[in-house]
Order: sequence, then C-alpha cells, then structure tokens
Amino acid sequence: MNTQKGTGLYYKDGLRDGIPIGLGYFSVSFGMGILAASKGFSALAALIMSATNLTSAGQAAGIEVIGEALLKSGGALVFSLLTAGELALAQLVINLRYSLMAVSLSQKLSPRFGSGHRFLASAFITDEIYAVGVTRKGDIEPRYWYGLATVPYFSWALGTLCGALAGNILPGAVGSALGIALYGMFLAIIVPPARDNGAVCFAVCVAAALSCLMFYLPFFSFLSAGFRVIICALAAACAAALRSPVEAEK
Amino acid sequence: MTVIIYVLIMAAVTYLTRMLPLALIREKIRSRFIISLLTYLPYTVLSALTFPAVFYATSSTAASLAGCAVALILAFFKVPMVLVALSASAASFIFLLF
Repeated sequence: MNTQKGTGLYYKDGLRDGIPIGLGYFSVSFGMGILAASKGFSALAALIMSATNLTSAGQAAGIEVIGEALLKSGGALVFSLLTAGELALAQLVINLRYSLMAVSLSQKLSPRFGSGHRFLASAFITDEIYAVGVTRKGDIEPRYWYGLATVPYFSWALGTLCGALAGNILPGAVGSALGIALYGMFLAIIVPPARDNGAVCFAVCVAAALSCLMFYLPFFSFLSAGFRVIICALAAACAAALRSPVEAEK
Repeated sequence: MTVIIYVLIMAAVTYLTRMLPLALIREKIRSRFIISLLTYLPYTVLSALTFPAVFYATSSTAASLAGCAVALILAFFKVPMVLVALSASAASFIFLLF
C-alpha cells in the first residue's frame, strides 16, 4: 500500500482538492441564499437548509415548493401533509442521482470504510465531491473523503447565510442578478454533455419542453412546481432510456 | 417553524438517497433500463428545474433572458461552472441597470 504524501491518503490532501469546489459552492450558494430570502425564508432557515441538505437542485426545488406554500398562506404557514409529501417525493426523484453515485462510490472505498464511516461519509456525496473523489487513483480513504468535503460543506452553508442576509442589504439589481447564478450553474452542468452526446441532448430538450408546456398551458396549472419537475424529469429520462439504452457495465 | 420542519423532511429524504445505497448495495444493478434511467435522470432534473424558472430568476424577464443566453453560450464552449454562473449574473445585472 502506498502511503506517500500526495497520494490522496491524507486529510490535508482532500482539504486541498476541495478548495476549488468550495469557491464555486460559495458563489452559487450565495445566490441560493438570496433566492431563499426572496421567497420568504428567514436567514436561519436558509442556513439550516444548506447545512442539512447540501444539494443545489434539491434545495432549489424545495425553495420553490415551500415558497409557493408561504405565498399562499399569507404569512401563517400551517404544516400540511400534502406539502410534506410533495417535498419528500421531489427530493427522492431529484436526488436519486446520488443513489447512483453512491453505488459507484461503493466500489472505490478502502477497506477502512466500516458501517460508521459509510453512514457519515454518504452525507457529503454531491455531484462535484463525488466526481473529484471517484476520479482519484486508487481506493478512497475515509480521512481523504472528509478532507475533500470540508471546504465545500462550510462554503455551501456560509455562502447561503451570507446570501440570505445580504439579500436585504444589497442594492436590488445586484441581489436580483445573483438569483440567476444557480441556473447558470445548472446550465454549465447539462449543456456540455448535451453538446457531445445526442441521447443526453434529447433527454435535456424533452425535459425542458415538457416543463415549459406544463408551466404555460392553463390545463396543467393545478400542478405545483415540485410535481411538475418530478413528472417532466421522469418522463424525459424514461423516453431517453427507451430510445438510447446505455451499455450495462460488465 | 413549519419551514424548518419542511427543511428537515427534505434533509432526511436526501440523506437516505445517499446513505442507503452506500450502506446496503454490495452488488451491481443489472437492469439495463434502470441503469439507463439513472444515467439520464440527473440531466432531465436539472433541465426541468431550469426551464422555465430561469426566465423569472431576476426581477425582469429581459434581464433573465440575457443571463440565460450568456450562460447557454459559455456552457456550450465548456467554460468552467463558476464563470458561467457569474457571467450570467453579470449579464442580467447590466440589463437591470437600464
């Protein structure tokens, strides 16, 4: 077993690899905080959301669903099982990709990953942390994984808090313009693979078209934002899976 | 406090999607359809989340469209994520000034 410096075995190696991810997270979560505050979240609620969820797409959907409920309630939000179910279902569908990443990650974990480490380490699976971790040579050690997650995790939480607090202080135009940063990040994730892969391009275009149709056609106006995303994403992914099945791994 | 309860429900479900496979699954998934579905799902989710919400992400639709266009072009040329996000904001900001 290689125990040299710089092989990705140490906490500080992970810490260093996580810095670029953390920088990106701060700017995006800043926009997320502004978005949350504009939909009626308190700064504390926004911070708790980012510190416990650590997911951009899931939180964006959650903000939309909860924001819609807040708007309808006119200030006095009462707990509703329907909204809770919608939130849970939305998180399940949107974050199902983490399950896929977790399956793939499970093949790369060092023997030091016992059940305890698996329970803790899984909380930090995000698109970017997963991508950096899994493309590293060799097995992943727990201390490297925790190092890798440290800067992104705190950047994500702090950025959200700063955004939620600054949303009220910043000049309107600045705060408003930062609200689009999150979607810029989403586009940066989906456009390059769609450009290179026809099947991904098909999936992305179908999902966007369905989502717009359901949003603009009055017939579907009974659908809330969360359900619209769930239905469109599942339908488009099903269509793409039937049209272009991917090669199963050996 | 209701918001916090909703947020914690989100967190619990999100954690389970990450934890259960890592803790339980020791074999590879065999269904080709499920694998294909899981491959495309991340992209369709992000796409459905982005459209049409991105058009209303700022206080003016024109500014949002400008930001969206800039993001699309830069992403097409594989500019790093942070730059795409910040450029989209900058483009929207310039539109909002007018």
